[in-house]
Amino acid sequence: MDIVGNVLPQVLKDEATEDKGEMARLQSFVGAIAVADLVKTTLGPKGMDKILKPTGPGQEMTHITVTNDGATILKSMYVENPAAKILIEISKTQDEEVGDGTTTVAVLAGELLREGEKLIQKRIHPQHVIAGWRIARDVALKRLRDISSENDINSQEFHDDLVKIARTTLSSKLITSDRDYFADLCVNAVLRLKGSSNLDYIQIIKLPGGTIRDSYLDDGFILKKQITIGCKRRIENAKILVANTAMDYDKIKIYGTKVKVNSMDKVAEIEAAEKEKMKHKVDKILKYQPTVFVNRQLIYNYPEQLLADSGITVIEHADFEGMERVAAATGAEILSTFDAPERAAQVLGHCDLIEEIMIGEEKMIKFSGCKKNEACTIVLRGASTHILDEVDRSIHDALCVLITTVKNKRVVWGGGNSEMQMAAACEEEAKKVQGKQAFAIEAFARALRQIPTIICDNGGYDSAELIQNFKVELQKGNQNCGLNMTDGTIGSMSELGVKECLRVKEQALMAASEAAELIMRVDDIVKCAPRKRERA
Amino acid sequence: MSLAFDDYGRPYIILRDQGQKKRMKGLEAYKSNILAAKAVANTLSSSLGPKGMDKMLVSPDGDVSVTNDGATIVEKMEIQHPTAKLLVELSQSQDAEIGDGTTGVVVLAGKLLEQALTLLDKGIHPLKISDGFDRACDVAIKHLETISEEIDIQANEHEALIQAACTALGSKVVSKRKRELGKIAVTAVLDVADLARRDVNLDLIKIQTKTGGSVEDTRLISGILIDKDMSHPQMPKEVKEAKICLLTCPFEPPKPKTKHNINISSAEDYKKLYLQEQQYFVDMVKLVKDSGANIALCQWGFDDEANHLLLQNELPAVRWVSGTDVELIAMATGARIIPRFQEITPEKLGKAGSVKEVQFGTSNERMLVIENCQCTKAVTILIRGGSQMIVDEAKRSIHDAICVIRNLIKDNRIVYGGGSAELACAIQVLQYADEVSSVEQYAIRSFADALEGIPCCLADNCGLNPITSVAQAKARQLQESNPRIGIDCMELGTTDMKEQRIYETLSSKKQQIQLATQVVKMILKIDDVIAPDDY
Repeated sequence: MDIVGNVLPQVLKDEATEDKGEMARLQSFVGAIAVADLVKTTLGPKGMDKILKPTGPGQEMTHITVTNDGATILKSMYVENPAAKILIEISKTQDEEVGDGTTTVAVLAGELLREGEKLIQKRIHPQHVIAGWRIARDVALKRLRDISSENDINSQEFHDDLVKIARTTLSSKLITSDRDYFADLCVNAVLRLKGSSNLDYIQIIKLPGGTIRDSYLDDGFILKKQITIGCKRRIENAKILVANTAMDYDKIKIYGTKVKVNSMDKVAEIEAAEKEKMKHKVDKILKYQPTVFVNRQLIYNYPEQLLADSGITVIEHADFEGMERVAAATGAEILSTFDAPERAAQVLGHCDLIEEIMIGEEKMIKFSGCKKNEACTIVLRGASTHILDEVDRSIHDALCVLITTVKNKRVVWGGGNSEMQMAAACEEEAKKVQGKQAFAIEAFARALRQIPTIICDNGGYDSAELIQNFKVELQKGNQNCGLNMTDGTIGSMSELGVKECLRVKEQALMAASEAAELIMRVDDIVKCAPRKRERA
Repeated sequence: MSLAFDDYGRPYIILRDQGQKKRMKGLEAYKSNILAAKAVANTLSSSLGPKGMDKMLVSPDGDVSVTNDGATIVEKMEIQHPTAKLLVELSQSQDAEIGDGTTGVVVLAGKLLEQALTLLDKGIHPLKISDGFDRACDVAIKHLETISEEIDIQANEHEALIQAACTALGSKVVSKRKRELGKIAVTAVLDVADLARRDVNLDLIKIQTKTGGSVEDTRLISGILIDKDMSHPQMPKEVKEAKICLLTCPFEPPKPKTKHNINISSAEDYKKLYLQEQQYFVDMVKLVKDSGANIALCQWGFDDEANHLLLQNELPAVRWVSGTDVELIAMATGARIIPRFQEITPEKLGKAGSVKEVQFGTSNERMLVIENCQCTKAVTILIRGGSQMIVDEAKRSIHDAICVIRNLIKDNRIVYGGGSAELACAIQVLQYADEVSSVEQYAIRSFADALEGIPCCLADNCGLNPITSVAQAKARQLQESNPRIGIDCMELGTTDMKEQRIYETLSSKKQQIQLATQVVKMILKIDDVIAPDDY
């Protein structure tokens, strides 16, 4: 405050606010913990879902989302608290980096801060807390890596691991009852990629109708388009030309052109020239001798008719992603010029069979027996679009985790095993450390243990008893014990087949501790005056 | 508001719209200015030193950033008070000139103003105060030079540079990995440094951020990383022995800038124009291909047809490369930037060992790495971290470290940190004060007090008792005539900063004291503030 007794001059802008010291810290803790509490009920196999209802005018008002996915929930929330925003940010990063564990990361960061707040109340300086957390994090990470195991990528064990991981990921989602079915489906899809991590090749088609059980993996490639009328509906041994070219009258791109004529004859002449130009292009295409022509852009009636007359099946308006997939699957090159028919063998894609199929009420085009067999399609069925969207997100999570596992290969036991192990490691370390940091290391252990605790609570079990029993089991040297969420007991994870990907756990641990550290270091929050928005 | 009167005693108005303006003058103006500037300095003072805290800043659009960097904090606070703004500029000029010590300079200015306030209360004229500060500043700078030490930057695998970088990184959120990051920064700077001329062009170090992973995953790439991918999905993902053609013209039909019309009046014209158009693309690709290039980087876009022709001619290409990247690539690969297709010649191509596409995470984001460039004088530091806020802060921290290393390469004299240099100067200034027989003596003595404020503030932030620890350090400096005694912030058990190896560059310290003194002098000279009333 001012020593002289004058009113302190206003330094910041009118609506800007500044909170210092305890007030700033309180604000961060409250915000971060609130966010963590919000998503924590979705954690684990017995976690609940959330309904997200958008605000704002228009039709979107009615479009609600039902989800269990942490990143989706957090992304759609509008929060003002800056610390809460940091938590949302790490959840998003987790989603981009590994695809799963988005709830865990936010909850872990929240729990760390909850423990941190208690330490601050005990008058321990934030820097000491951070110093302790840093030691704890390293210890936890080391233990996590130590307990992970690795199997050869081609072995049956690795395949089993993948199925188990997929099952674990899916068990917290809507489709938990059919998780075995979907786990197999996802693993098969990922293994087709043969180590490549390009998720684009796995196409997910959502069609309302039927039940979730009716979903299936199609080893061919399905394009959500229709074959133009008047063409063959079934082509065997297809030679496919994939193009991204204008098949309308193909306007001249040279800048500033304009047609100016002085008689009707000339108009007719130019019209003829236009037609000739189109025909010319079609002729060039025909030289490649394709049996199927797929174009990203629209095709005018005239060239379409010309192509159909030559017995070529025409598919127009394929979207860009679809095109890339078709090209990748059939081994075709995406053409935009057609002056080198001698390269036809290289540029044309090939597949054994193209046919129009009906899924539910919709007509689709299926390419099967493709040259490169990497691409595949997962067709999802379900009673409503909300269910389909949620299944889509779940499958996406599972696919991401599987791809990460294929890259990283290391796995750990699930069911809270890794968190309990890390917590135990931290507690052992805390006994060796001198100084106040030890409190923070213990706090880190408690925060880690909160994850299995919350999973228990969400399942309606007695978490205090279960977690204590869990500790004892671990102490006995039972390395693969974990929570059995069907019976509410401590069981063997190797018997239950609950595994998780190391990379996901690693990333969650590192991101959460980094974020908690970041928030802990803040002792001053300056909020600038909000930008004035003109109503349009 | 003051009024003037004419010969007949009628009041008249001097300022335009006088009624709507606010005016402060005399002592009131001094005090208000000083208090405003001090408020800013106070906010920053808790960020000083290795145990300093961070600030969370929410922008007008609601974006959050968390930082420890003084220049960034004051910039993002959006300060509106005119005198407080001077401190913002002070911090920014330190950032522009030195790159590090942006917090320290503001805190020092704050301490000086605090002292000025008590001197004003004693009734000393502001100009006398500023004169005194000026003389004290000269003494302090001279003393800094005498206590500075030259270090051998080459010795022991650049150990001294790494230590200096660690000192700069020590106060940041990334301090846990300061050694690794320090090494990265040192290697990066040495890679691009021109040791003969003792100069470093910082443009050659590109800092690219990408969320995901953790700060540990930050690495140095001896090449350039650009956030782009190949223009056609089927182009090869890697080009070895790359010969790079760097274009700043689009693969599109020409668009003359003069407004014009091409009139088509017959079918012949129409056909001719069509052929002409086709020819353009063929020619363009041919020109590039003929020069022997095996990859084309272009600042502009491609037409679909051109794109395919490039693929067909097995010429991988990248479009929409940003202007700064184009320049960087040109410097690194020795390529000449080519503004017209006609001017492509084999000599103008740049060479690099490989150009390849790398992928991150699950979201299919790809970047291009250009490695082993012909003139390897460009490096990229790829920063990873758990969230956007972390990588942003890491970027600022690494920038600070890089600046420190550059300064050391330019001038290898250092002083020791931990407040020891400030204390040594304070002692010297105090001695000098006794020799001055005029009113300035008081100001000079106050200057010494202000300098002591820095170690005081450091000790405070570290949870030590500021007065006791500063008094102890000062006493030991005098007894042992050892200017390296400072505050033991990290509780390592020694107050000798040489043993703790806390290095700060002489240029940065000098600049801090000079800039802070200058700004304080400027603020002390203001005796009248006229501003619109709605402030």
